[in-house]
Amino acid sequence: MSAAALSHGQNNRWIGRIAIYGLLILFAILYLMPLFVMLVTSFKTMDEIQNGNMLSLPQAPTIDPWLKAWGETCVGLTCAGIKGYFWNSLKMVVPAVAISTILGALNGYVLTKWRFPGHTLVFGLMLFACFIPFQSVLLPMATILGSLGRLGVTLQDQVGLSFGLGNPTVNLVIVHVIYGLGFTTLFFRNYYEAFPNELVRAAQVDGASFFQIFRRIMLPNSLPIIVVTVIYQFTNIWNDFLFASAYAGSGESMPMTVALNNVVNTSTGVVEYNVNMAAAMIAAMPTLLVYIVAGRYFVRGLMAGAVKG
Amino acid sequence: MSSVATTEPILTPAKSTPIRARLQNVLPQIVLAPSFAITVVFVYGFIAWTAYLSFTNSKTFPSYALTGARAYQRLWRWTFESDPPSSWYTSITNMAIFGFLYVGICLALGLFLAILMDQKIRGEGVLRPIFLYPMALSFIVTGVAWKWFLDPGLGLEQTLHHFGWTSFHFDWIKNKDYVIYTVVIAGVWQASGFVMAMFLAGLRGIDSEIMKAAQIDGATTGQLYRRIIIPLLRPVFLSAFIVLAHMAIKSYDLVVALTSGGPGGSAWLPSNFMYEYTFKRNEMAVGSASAIIMLMTISAIIVPYLYSELKEKAR
Repeated sequence: MSAAALSHGQNNRWIGRIAIYGLLILFAILYLMPLFVMLVTSFKTMDEIQNGNMLSLPQAPTIDPWLKAWGETCVGLTCAGIKGYFWNSLKMVVPAVAISTILGALNGYVLTKWRFPGHTLVFGLMLFACFIPFQSVLLPMATILGSLGRLGVTLQDQVGLSFGLGNPTVNLVIVHVIYGLGFTTLFFRNYYEAFPNELVRAAQVDGASFFQIFRRIMLPNSLPIIVVTVIYQFTNIWNDFLFASAYAGSGESMPMTVALNNVVNTSTGVVEYNVNMAAAMIAAMPTLLVYIVAGRYFVRGLMAGAVKG
Repeated sequence: MSSVATTEPILTPAKSTPIRARLQNVLPQIVLAPSFAITVVFVYGFIAWTAYLSFTNSKTFPSYALTGARAYQRLWRWTFESDPPSSWYTSITNMAIFGFLYVGICLALGLFLAILMDQKIRGEGVLRPIFLYPMALSFIVTGVAWKWFLDPGLGLEQTLHHFGWTSFHFDWIKNKDYVIYTVVIAGVWQASGFVMAMFLAGLRGIDSEIMKAAQIDGATTGQLYRRIIIPLLRPVFLSAFIVLAHMAIKSYDLVVALTSGGPGGSAWLPSNFMYEYTFKRNEMAVGSASAIIMLMTISAIIVPYLYSELKEKAR
């Protein structure tokens, strides 16, 4: 090969590299753009937004929009900010994630280590539940939650304690546990399938019971899949809008997503875009934070959600 | 993946006192039973309930007297009512446009980005999270961000005017014929990075020996990808397609947050149709019928997939 041909090849290689990096950087900018715009807008004054350029950095950065979004902005008719709704979401997410994860771990354990005839069918039926459009269960669930609410009122009158029945946050916890079970079971089943049976068998020979094996052998080895499941469920439940708007669509008990949608679509007075953007950032913060801290596990959960175990 | 290929219990409970042994025997099933029962009642029972409601005359409140397939007949009639378009006609044509473009563009863009990322580039650790973070956001947040970004008076159009391109005009989000394409844009932005991650994992799983052999045989890079690598990625295409297709059919929040339904409901998808008819227009039977149609569409995609997956695993 002549020297000229060689340097020609080198040139081509360089052009190729530059094109690859150029394209990647271009796409990275496109993907970051909406977040960037949201972020800078949330630190601008309304004056600057109306007369300025959406891409420019704030000239006089102010955190007022954030404070207003957190503590003062109007959600529907109440003007006390979104902080209450943020806590609503948190109060709903924590128990829902905890319960569905524990149940999923137990289910996965039974479906891999204590198999019985028909275990594939049972798993298949639970798995299919992950994919149904929730519209097909929305109405019956509303009816049942309505009856539970009436039962709660009766209990309150008779016994003086409603056991949380009829409380929208409790309702949403129930709903998210039920419709999250398919996913959590899937995650743990696929993980435990690869877990050596010999260890379980050895423990059993030593006289360990069903729950002892679960607690002493399975759980201590489940940290990665617990992290994946918790992140997946946390993101899904925090971000849910359909159930939230159907069962807690108004009033004090709205979760964050519904409240945010109301803030943005409140049509009274001047639309304060900076406050809207700050509210959106606050709503996005928890899941974004989880993603930044544990991105690897987040991706793994999404992949596992694609069934490939 | 599985080393267990039997349906026999892996563990045979130790023989002790009869009652204890019997209890130990069924304990696993007892533990699983509540979850399974919940699924049967709250998923399959509720689906049956919704299906039943779709054959009644329910309006604002459920009514349980069967009145035949009237709701389906109405939907069927609306399917062909294109001028002026019925809400159902709009919803299903939007579904076709959105589903086709969303799945198609996500797959193409995801594969393209994955191939770029697989060229032994530096800074992969920085780029990957940038492409993926939208997936962590709620559709409501995505909708709010893009609503602002695409607003003709505030966002992109205004910005380009500032930069001197005053003839630039982009008002799709306010245009009833184009609003569904803005949903496609925001949807692709949110999901394509995830598709990239799936393809990238697939690319990394390909045996490098195969590629070396092809290169020795004189295959160009283009040929290598067209003839060898992309065909090897078929399983990834399938999983990505399944995930995207079912996300597309379930899409609801994005339309609400981004377009509030669009001018005159022109951005509706069947999910929005169901919600509006059931909870706002007091046409519960019609809403239920549309939910059942959505379910059957998803089932047509998911059931064969799950069936083959589970069968493969059991083998």
